[in-house]
Amino acid sequence: MGRAERKSFLRVLINAASSFALGFPILLGVILLMGLLGTLIPSEWLFKVFTANPLWDTLTGAAVGSIAAGNPINSYVMGGELLKEGVSLYAVTAFIIAWVTVGLVQLPAEAAFLGGKFAILRNGLSFILALPIAAATGLILSPLG
Amino acid sequence: MAKAGKTGREVSASLGFPLSVSALYFLSALYNPSATVEALLRSLKILANIAPILVVVILLMAFTSYLLSPGRAARYLSGKSGWRGWLLAIIGGIISTGPIYVWYPMLRRLREQGVRPGLLAAFLYNRAVKIPLIPLMMYYFGLPFVLTLTILTILASLLEGVAIELLLGGKG
Repeated sequence: MGRAERKSFLRVLINAASSFALGFPILLGVILLMGLLGTLIPSEWLFKVFTANPLWDTLTGAAVGSIAAGNPINSYVMGGELLKEGVSLYAVTAFIIAWVTVGLVQLPAEAAFLGGKFAILRNGLSFILALPIAAATGLILSPLG
Repeated sequence: MAKAGKTGREVSASLGFPLSVSALYFLSALYNPSATVEALLRSLKILANIAPILVVVILLMAFTSYLLSPGRAARYLSGKSGWRGWLLAIIGGIISTGPIYVWYPMLRRLREQGVRPGLLAAFLYNRAVKIPLIPLMMYYFGLPFVLTLTILTILASLLEGVAIELLLGGKG
């Protein structure tokens, strides 16, 4: 790589850093909101919202997964515990998939960066898709026990 | 001037959300000061954890801008990109790490370079496939569950991408 190319990359790097800095307050807002929600809403609350109705629980799983934010590891651990508690696989799958594909906490940031229409459509479709994915996973795996 | 106006709007938009969150913290501090401090410490911990990923994202943004000129981006990931564009979006989403929101600045840049919104949606959806977390998922749910969910997630990402393309008509 020549001197001129290196200079050019440095300029691109500075440009990327400034572009990132412009959006950083939004990211900071998401992080602060996650910290606040994570502190004020205890994880035990999750176990109380599920009933014994698989259909209703699937919808609840997708809804709770959409609101929840944070590392997907937490969704696996919580999903595993919910399964042990007798919550249906449909509900747990919807919960896990919505956790990573829908982000209500991040929605303002996604809208600011990628456009409000895109963000609302993408999150709405992801919520809807969590339901057939959960149903298909449950149906495919039910013969396997 | 138009660019300056856009930047001004972006700045006000980027300040509105954190200011609203700050207001929530203020209200929370009035009712429960100790929980608010705990929330702040939790946020700091999250920020410390993702700091290295943020650096990687800035470097990736620079590299993609450097290597992928708007013309190339349009060729690889635009309306004429075909199955290669979808494949790139799927692989990119699967291998990308860290929280979803750290990728927004890079995706905005790609969007500005002419990348289709459906591909961005497919990229974001495939972030549900977490290769490093597969052993943990297998421990809790077993291999058949992991395989089934992974395949369905990839298929759903294509479905969502196509739906976004149809609904937005290639705009964003």
